[in-house]
Amino acid sequence: MITVNNLVKLFGTKRAVDGVSFTVERGEVLGFLGPNGAGKSTTMRMITGFIPPSAGTVSVGGHDVQEDPIAAKKLIGYLPENAPAYTDMTVFSFLHFAAELRGLRGDEKKNAVNRVVEMCFLGGVLHQSVETLSKGYRHRTCFAQSIIHNPDVLVLDEPTDGLDPNQKHEVRQIIKRMGEKKAIIFSTHILEEVEAACSRAIIIDRGKIVANGTPGDLKAMSEWAGAVSLRVRGASPAVVRAKLSDMGGAKKASADEEGAAVRARVYPSKPGNRDLARAVAELAARENWKVEELHVEEGRLDEVFRNITLPDTVKEAKS
Amino acid sequence: MSCSKTWRHIWTVTKRELTGYFASPVAYVFIVIFLLMNGFFTFMLGGFFERGEASLTSFFMWHPWLYLFLVPAAGMRLWSEERRLGTMELLLTMPITPWQAIVGKFVACWLFLLLALVLTCPLVFTVMYLGSPDKGAILSGYFGSFLLAGGYLAIASMTSAMTRNQVISFILSVVICFFLILCGWEPVTRLLVNWAPEWLVRAVASFSVMTHYLSMQRGVIDSRDLIYFASLIGFPLFCTGVILRGLRS
Ligand SMILES: Nc1ncnc2c1ncn2[C@@H]1O[C@H](COP(=O)(O)OP(=O)(O)OP(=O)(O)O)[C@@H](O)[C@H]1O
Ligand SMILES: [Mg+2]
Repeated sequence: MITVNNLVKLFGTKRAVDGVSFTVERGEVLGFLGPNGAGKSTTMRMITGFIPPSAGTVSVGGHDVQEDPIAAKKLIGYLPENAPAYTDMTVFSFLHFAAELRGLRGDEKKNAVNRVVEMCFLGGVLHQSVETLSKGYRHRTCFAQSIIHNPDVLVLDEPTDGLDPNQKHEVRQIIKRMGEKKAIIFSTHILEEVEAACSRAIIIDRGKIVANGTPGDLKAMSEWAGAVSLRVRGASPAVVRAKLSDMGGAKKASADEEGAAVRARVYPSKPGNRDLARAVAELAARENWKVEELHVEEGRLDEVFRNITLPDTVKEAKS
Repeated sequence: MSCSKTWRHIWTVTKRELTGYFASPVAYVFIVIFLLMNGFFTFMLGGFFERGEASLTSFFMWHPWLYLFLVPAAGMRLWSEERRLGTMELLLTMPITPWQAIVGKFVACWLFLLLALVLTCPLVFTVMYLGSPDKGAILSGYFGSFLLAGGYLAIASMTSAMTRNQVISFILSVVICFFLILCGWEPVTRLLVNWAPEWLVRAVASFSVMTHYLSMQRGVIDSRDLIYFASLIGFPLFCTGVILRGLRS
């Protein structure tokens, strides 16, 4: 549904977006990650046709956004960053306005407004002026606007920004549910959201895509992925570390005191070694360690994110 | 895109803009000030009664000056507010063309000014009661005044697209409108005549709203005046589109 081809955006001499290409098919939810100023919002603005690209093309549902903007825009629902809304309107009239611009009339319009009011829990503030809404409610109002015409493509710039935990959960559920039939791109700074709602994630840094894969793929890039974590009693950290490091299939191991017990972690020498956990358990039994906890680490997105996007200078300074 | 759809989009934008005006007290305050100022100029400065004639000359003659401040005040928020709130991003990613948005917003503000203008009708009744005025001149006077407001408003639309600061937008449009008055105002043209060739004076004066406005006040609707006002509205609106396009790239 969405094809982005070699997209470039220059602001002056600054390359805010620098050769980004990807596609999103119907039934996919693409999470867009990246540090502040990476170019996420700029990319989304080009996809929705708000700003023209300096180079490259975007097509939505087969319509080139530059050549045939109206046809492309019809397919898109867009929640801009910071959820702008007309402050001199009520929620009710704002939603009606959006529905009318989307070409909905009469009963169709009424039903559409009722549907999104229910979905986004706006019933209580329906006749309140947008100006006096709390941030979360304003966000929900703008989100409601983006789904009012049940679009095939949704572009959401930080849809859960400013929402309370319940609403965050609700919006993720909505995204996930709608993602089965639509093509959705959303940007976020909350990594759990990617795991909760995305079928694929892209990490973008300084205008370039630096990682692209399923949340599982990304997590597997973590050095923690596949590591076995355990907590034992009955041995000193030094002994545990030595024994674990000498095990076959282990690259290195760490062990530290944690209260009266020892917290240890073994990293596999090659990724995807499923036997490591069993080997560790057997070793513990042989050594008579009392195992309190043992599990295989999945890898953590925040660690992967940090590793990929920290500027090299910072990385060097840290190591 | 079919024609009716275009108008429907424009009308949707217009309707939103109009409801926005009347949601706040600003619209009512504006209308009251408009009427008070009109009364003041017509009766105190224009010498409505002293003229001893049944006409609205003393009413219409001040409009270029009155509008100089009131119309930019009404139009200064057209696009600057849209930029400040970020709703421009919303509006321009809807399936409408930028022209539909520009025209829709312009028409809303123009209709609002028309409403203010229509509310001066008690004056017409007064003149009709006092004597038998030339009804054609009154009609064409109103029409000219309406076109004049449209011209100023188009300029205000352009300057409001330039900046998200309403004050700057206001000042810019006042300056431009002031220039358009001055270049055909008699005291200024008299100054010019002394050293500039005749054709230049006339060319400069033909850019002025005064020349065209005054001829409509005399009850003559000349196609040249209509073309002038059409371009006075069209060109700044076109510039608004160009500026908005430039902003986004
Ligand atoms: N209109 C503009 N003029 C000049 N530079 C801009 C403009 N818009 C964005 N930029 C620059 O482009 C870069 C990318 O900005 P963008 O808003 O896309 O980042 P982002 O990934 O959305 O960041 P965040 O997570 O903070 O929302 C930034 O360095 C920003 O300063
Ligand atoms: Mg952003």
